[in-house]
Amino acid sequence: MNVTIVDYNSGNISSVINSFKEVAKNKVTIEVTSDLNKIKSSDKVVLPGQGSFKSCIDALNNIDGLTDTLNEFAITNKKPLLGICVGLQMFADIGYEETETKGLGWISGKVSKIDNQNSKYKLPHIGWNQINIIKDSRIFKDINNYSHMYFVHSYEFIPEDKNVISSTTDYSSNIVCSVEKDNIFGTQFHPEKSDKIGLKIINNFISL
Amino acid sequence: MLKKRIIPCLDVKNGRVVKGINFVDLKDAGDPVEQAKIYSDGGADEICFLDITASNENRDIIYEVVEKTSKKCFVPLTVGGGIKSVEDINKLLNCGADKVSINTAAVENSKVVIDSSKKFGSQCIVVAIDAKKNGDKWEVFTHGGRNNSGIDALEYAKQMEDNGAGELLVTSMDRDGTQVGYDIDLMSRISSKVNIPVIASGGVGNLDHLVDGIKLGKASAVLAASIFHYGKYSVKEAKDYLDSKGIPVRI
Repeated sequence: MNVTIVDYNSGNISSVINSFKEVAKNKVTIEVTSDLNKIKSSDKVVLPGQGSFKSCIDALNNIDGLTDTLNEFAITNKKPLLGICVGLQMFADIGYEETETKGLGWISGKVSKIDNQNSKYKLPHIGWNQINIIKDSRIFKDINNYSHMYFVHSYEFIPEDKNVISSTTDYSSNIVCSVEKDNIFGTQFHPEKSDKIGLKIINNFISL
Repeated sequence: MLKKRIIPCLDVKNGRVVKGINFVDLKDAGDPVEQAKIYSDGGADEICFLDITASNENRDIIYEVVEKTSKKCFVPLTVGGGIKSVEDINKLLNCGADKVSINTAAVENSKVVIDSSKKFGSQCIVVAIDAKKNGDKWEVFTHGGRNNSGIDALEYAKQMEDNGAGELLVTSMDRDGTQVGYDIDLMSRISSKVNIPVIASGGVGNLDHLVDGIKLGKASAVLAASIFHYGKYSVKEAKDYLDSKGIPVRI
């Protein structure tokens, strides 16, 4: 089996690469590429994302055919895809960071700034917070409810269909921190930086 | 609820830990990779490396250290010391650092913070402020505390937030190394002034100081070096203590 981490100049993806390689050991091949043919032929895809919604979408669009290839992979062929942080946010129809930007539109909804209640809460939401699992998700196999995950973000994904939400976390409001819709998975937190429990989530995705 | 973070900091010089943990079973007490691993296994919420390498010819060693550490530690890794340019930041992030901490360069050239936070995102840009009290205000120092910029630390903190910093690492130079506790007044004033998280640093001598930094200093995270280095307290003991004082921590 091979898992491709999409390298589309979306910022720092070293930690994602390191964590997947650590989990995969020699059982699974981890590719890091933006090569469209390699993405097409892979069994699973990881879509990381750092920086702003706009900068990530721009970076995707900068690579000819990449968005189409990802659409084909996740929507047409329904192969497993995991979005991390802004990678998850890009599933939305629209994002409001920097300026209004069209997303991939895989899961209806929007990405808007976390309401920090008139500066009562600090932004970014940085650090360890507990996830409240509200729906069985295959990537949460053997993950205890209220496990701690590492977050760093100022924007949140608000899906229209609440049934896609697999967990939330409690900050200034109830923030969506993971989604699952058919073959599409996303985490707002960083499993690659969430210690052993995060690696377990990565392992669950690889083992799907 | 978001937890308060405990961040052990390791001083690294020429690729070696300067003040290390004194553990009997440690194979190589000077190896930053091994020490970082001990901290992350012990429950550290993040790890911080401060590169204090003075000579230019040894400056590249830190990249190797970061690369090795990031393959072993799966909690956030912040690296600071000697960062001058967006290119330096790019190199550290590519080696596996999750955040960089910028000190002198942020004072000398505001573009470094503006450009790097645009390029890599605010989440990986920490501005380190070394502040020293002068009368009723605090001034920002650079070059490892040798030069006084004369800049007001509170104004500067706000400016760095506007420039795109994701967090501020505030060190009281008056308290650093004294083990008498954080400069609570400084921490709480900066924390109230900005809307980004503040990491308190400088002066920790016991676990009550960590509690004060969070409760009185309003810090989102507390950084400490020597209390962990010399095995006076483990990260676990620190967390248990904070927990007993009603501070939310990841246990």
